[in-house]
Amino acid sequence: MEQSKIITIKNLVKKFPVGKGFFIALNGINTGFEQGEFAGLVGPSGSGKTTLLNIIGSLDSPSEGSAEVLGYSVGSLTHKQAAMLRRQHIGFIFQTFNLLPVYTVFENIEFPLLLMNMTATERTKAVHDAIEWVGLGDKIKSRPAMLSGGECQRVAIARAMVKKPEIVLADEPTANLDAENSHHILQTMEKLNKELKTTFIFATHDEKVINYLHRKIQLFDGKIAKDELIKSI
Amino acid sequence: MIKFLFIGLLRDRSRSLMPILIVAIGVMLSVFMYCYLLGLMGDMIDFNARFATGHVKIMTHAYAENQDQNPNDLALLETNSLIGNLKTEFPDMDWVQRIKFGGLIDVPDENGETKTQGTGFGMAYDIISENSTEIERMNLEKALVKGTLPKHKNEILLSDDFAQKLNVNLGQSITLISSTMYGEMAIFNFNVVGTIKFGTQVLDKGGIVADISGIQDALNMENAAGEILGFLNSKVYLDEEANRVASVFNEKYRNSDDVFSPIMLRLKEQSFLSSYLDLIDSMQGIIISMFILVMAIVLWNTGLIGGLRRYGEIGVRLAIGEDHHHIYKMMIYESILIGIVGSTLGTIVGLFLAYLMQEIGIDISSIMRNNTLMMQSVFRAKITPPAFYIGFIPGIFAIVLGTMLSGIGIYKRKTAQLFKELEV
Repeated sequence: MEQSKIITIKNLVKKFPVGKGFFIALNGINTGFEQGEFAGLVGPSGSGKTTLLNIIGSLDSPSEGSAEVLGYSVGSLTHKQAAMLRRQHIGFIFQTFNLLPVYTVFENIEFPLLLMNMTATERTKAVHDAIEWVGLGDKIKSRPAMLSGGECQRVAIARAMVKKPEIVLADEPTANLDAENSHHILQTMEKLNKELKTTFIFATHDEKVINYLHRKIQLFDGKIAKDELIKSI
Repeated sequence: MIKFLFIGLLRDRSRSLMPILIVAIGVMLSVFMYCYLLGLMGDMIDFNARFATGHVKIMTHAYAENQDQNPNDLALLETNSLIGNLKTEFPDMDWVQRIKFGGLIDVPDENGETKTQGTGFGMAYDIISENSTEIERMNLEKALVKGTLPKHKNEILLSDDFAQKLNVNLGQSITLISSTMYGEMAIFNFNVVGTIKFGTQVLDKGGIVADISGIQDALNMENAAGEILGFLNSKVYLDEEANRVASVFNEKYRNSDDVFSPIMLRLKEQSFLSSYLDLIDSMQGIIISMFILVMAIVLWNTGLIGGLRRYGEIGVRLAIGEDHHHIYKMMIYESILIGIVGSTLGTIVGLFLAYLMQEIGIDISSIMRNNTLMMQSVFRAKITPPAFYIGFIPGIFAIVLGTMLSGIGIYKRKTAQLFKELEV
């Protein structure tokens, strides 16, 4: 069972220096994620959701303990190795979409592939596939300013998914969307999770998102208060 | 990737058009200022060379020591043979004799009695000989207000102001009362054939222009001249070349025991010009350096602002997995491209403006009416080879430096804060 986990976290502690002391954001986290999970880190502000997401995404490193992602120990990665891990294996979805405004939908989605040195033909095919997944075929030449919030987030999902990463990390992906768009986005992500077996990990306190989760990890004061499997893979 | 960045650069005007415009304006000003200062300083040197100092000047030792007084009693003798030797030894240069003189101008009435008198200061040039180069050098034809240039040695030009003050008509005979080079009183009649205006008060107030042969007769200076001026073939003063010529000449003719032996001084050694030229050199360097520094700061700031404005974009790129080093490198490539395009545009426009300034100039003769300095009344720029590349120094280096400094933030940026930063 342990071997099928793509993320393994053991005794994870994350401390941030505050004045002369430390603020403990994560305190003794032990958990793991299998491929194809649709899981969420749930909890109030300051509970450690984003910090844990950062460490899984190799944007930050543990103070104590270990976090192993796809066989890479996050704490021992150099900047370059961490960037390579993100580039090859992890997709990010942000609350505020963060699309590049001067580029079209196609170009925004194509951008991660440019960093992977794929050929133009491979890129074009991959981008068209991703656009099809999120249902934005008619917006391919549009720029972000011409899209609605929901459409922008769908472009962001396509950008995160285009390289077919093993893991997608989404920090409050519905926070800037209305209910209808939120459901649409979540349905899209759930569909991709099923079809591509991509592991989705959310950091959220939005009930709409929580209702879609297959696994809910409740964080409180930097500790796992409850780890609840709602629907098995 | 390069194509991708290039597309972004073209579409995002605040990332391309604005920085390019700022670079172009800065470079244009740098290039224009450089040409303008060169022209301004060069004009002053050229004006002094033509009117007073030559690129090199030969005098006797004694004359050189008292040259502020124009002491014709200490003038060079046997000048015709000396000029002959100079033409053989330095064939690429033009050699001319000049005599500065002063005296009382007496204007008689119909009865031969003194009508008006005035003190005048004169320059004697080679005007009437067939191969005279002085008419063009002194711009005499253009300076002529009325009448004609002297065709005989007893003909003379008066400055227009002086002629009006003395109430002299063209064709009228006047008397120059002065002293010969041997200290005797000299009284000589000349016919006024024209009036001139050089445009500066120092030359136009009480000014007399005569042919050198006429003044040699009047002041008993046959085969003698106060000064022999040499002009380089380049028409532009080149201190190294002037120094070479002066060294060769002085080596051959120097005789420290004889106060009447000739000495050659280059333009830079004469009168106040030595320190003035040094000052010009250093001022020119200081002004241009300061200007380039100011432009560099402006352009650096442009690079900084450009980098900061794209903080969000860079954050996304870091999160997506682009390496710090790769982002930094791409930003520098972008700034180099902006620097090259902006510098090229700025240099073209700057050179065009400098060309207009060089060919047309700015005529300030109306405000120079009472000026006592020997300087041109038309300011012109001067385009030299460095003008074609000098703008690229601030244009490329400053914006690249600005981008490099602003880009250091990329390395210092904590990726752990990206989610928070990108959600602001």
